[in-house]
Amino acid sequence: MDSIFLQILNGLDKGAAYALIALGLTLVFGTLGVVNFAHGALFMLGAFCAVSLQSILTISKKVRDESITFFEAYKETPYLELWWGDTGTMIIDWAVPLSILMAIPLMLLIGLIMERGLIRHFYSRPHADQILVTFGLAIVLQELIKYYFGANPIPTPPPDIVAGSAAVGAWLGLGDNVVYPWWRLIYFLFSMLIIAAVFAFLHLTTFGMVVRAGMHDRETVGLLGINVEKRFTIVFGIAAVVAGLAGVMYAPILPPDYHMGMDFLVLSFVVVVVGGMGSLGGAVAAGFLLGILQSVASMNEVKSLLPGIDQIIIYLVAVVILLVRPRGLMGRKGVAED
Amino acid sequence: MSMPTLKNDLAIMVLFTAAVLSAPLWLAPIGADYPDLLQKFAIYGIFAVGFNILFGLTGYLSFGHAAFLGVGSYTAVWSFKLLSMNVLPAVALSVLMAGVFAYLIGFISLRRSGIYFSILTLAFAQMCYNLAYSVLTPITNGETGLQLANDDARVIDTLFGISYDGLPSTTLFGLEMTGYPGFYFCAVLLILGFFLSLRIFHSPFGMKLRAIKSNQTRMVYTGYNTKPYLLTAFVISGMYAGLAGALLAVTDPLAGAERMQWTASGEVVLMTILGGAGTLIGPLLGVGIIKYFENIFSAMNVQQLTEMFAFLPDWLGKIAVTLTNPFVGEGWHLTLGLLFMLIVIFLPGGVMEGMRRIAAIPRKLKQRAVPKPTPATEEK
Repeated sequence: MDSIFLQILNGLDKGAAYALIALGLTLVFGTLGVVNFAHGALFMLGAFCAVSLQSILTISKKVRDESITFFEAYKETPYLELWWGDTGTMIIDWAVPLSILMAIPLMLLIGLIMERGLIRHFYSRPHADQILVTFGLAIVLQELIKYYFGANPIPTPPPDIVAGSAAVGAWLGLGDNVVYPWWRLIYFLFSMLIIAAVFAFLHLTTFGMVVRAGMHDRETVGLLGINVEKRFTIVFGIAAVVAGLAGVMYAPILPPDYHMGMDFLVLSFVVVVVGGMGSLGGAVAAGFLLGILQSVASMNEVKSLLPGIDQIIIYLVAVVILLVRPRGLMGRKGVAED
Repeated sequence: MSMPTLKNDLAIMVLFTAAVLSAPLWLAPIGADYPDLLQKFAIYGIFAVGFNILFGLTGYLSFGHAAFLGVGSYTAVWSFKLLSMNVLPAVALSVLMAGVFAYLIGFISLRRSGIYFSILTLAFAQMCYNLAYSVLTPITNGETGLQLANDDARVIDTLFGISYDGLPSTTLFGLEMTGYPGFYFCAVLLILGFFLSLRIFHSPFGMKLRAIKSNQTRMVYTGYNTKPYLLTAFVISGMYAGLAGALLAVTDPLAGAERMQWTASGEVVLMTILGGAGTLIGPLLGVGIIKYFENIFSAMNVQQLTEMFAFLPDWLGKIAVTLTNPFVGEGWHLTLGLLFMLIVIFLPGGVMEGMRRIAAIPRKLKQRAVPKPTPATEEK
């Protein structure tokens, strides 16, 4: 029982990442009708926002190490520490949460440029063309990151204060061995916050109402004299920000490397399709469902029963769901079937 | 549209055969006349020609063809290990095996269309890839890749009393399949494969596949059950992929799971699109361009760039080197991605479309010179 609970917890953070990426993908698909294979690259760019802020904050200078007296030793000390002492150290320590501030405008900008510069010209082209051009863009982004940051994963630790594990088991009376890293818990809560914010934005504001109406029937909304395209561009920017933030916060869980975007993209697409193309709720539900299933399947008990199941569970579930429910869990009729 | 007869096709085939067999001669001026690269041209050519039968004709975009490539490679290496170093059984078994896999995967995936089909094929390919790395390690040898060993059984070879000192190489009745013989073996299979694809393109079957692409609903209303046609196309293209995989193992008897990764599926999509999907020669052009430039670009480094830009003033040369450096060597994929984007954006029909546009320029100029006839006369 404890171990199953633990695996469900473990599935939450991965599921949260899937859900956030899939949410953006679905948002873009539902509004613009574009299948965006570069969405995973946006997730990766977000993670590299955290990496670059961390490396900017830790720009260092060689300083004489006073603690060693019998020879001249030098150590690298970040400027921030030299200038502001303990405050500086704390800022460096909080690099990942701070990079959220950097990521929001940056990702919004990247998203808007992408939509205006490239995606816009592909509205009326077949889905195959959209897949191909965004696939090309994803390769380009990923290779640029590889060129500037190298091929190795870059560790980006979370702030010290949340580095340990939370005694979740003790809180719920499940036994002390059920512990869960603080940062993953934070990630889960963070993702719930973002998902809630996106839904609130779509359902509680006039802007969101127009967007939803546009998702439903674009032509009519246009005939009513509303500039749908402009709003959809902003929606694309929002989707980019959501993917970026998912990436920023994921950096301490998985040290970012250049192909993390692609790895997550393939799975997120499976998530979107399982949830049903164009259904936001479906994307979120499927994200958590597949994340949890994946982590339950990696339990030793399950693995000894069905060897290798942990490697293929997501795809297997996707195949079964698509065959049983042709449009995914909550897909609408006639979407993306041409 | 009238169907080209077998005679017309034979004329094309004679030209094509001559072009392929003389490839070492006419590729020499651009420095692409060494066997390794030629083999790659031929092998990936087969892969792309097969992929084109599915994607080019029916418009079904499969993101899982690498699985068949991998299955072909593994089967071939196992045939080398257990049966014989002769390449014929290996090739035959691989094609068969890939066909079986393609039938199973296609049977399920083709129940959906559009992006759902792409995702299903992708899911199956990723399953194969993940399994090859984990549970199936006894069959695939995991990360190391499946290799030949000295104590392999090779039943047929033992039966005929053929023995080897050390690690054997693949043969065709004693002729070693390395270097030029290897290329010519692949080339002959490419010619056969191309001939088959030509016949499919010009057959009623090919016509039906095209009809599925242009309007499946109408096709169904006309009374056709489209599923068997699609499945046949899927299996045929899977078998081509299996053949390509087997040939990869023939020229280098080693099979690794990375051949099944979805990036490998992406590569064949790229090559087909770049050349021009749905055209006969297009995919081959795409293969040629990508493999050739991959070869050149990925071998370049800073020194070569510096030499290349030596004619510029010093400071300008430095800037040029810095700007071009990310695109060569390890950064070849960046060039590939950019190239690919440009093609999809500006030339959706690929290189073939570009050639058609260039060919149309003289006609347009002529039209411009002669004043246009009035619409009334045009109607008659």
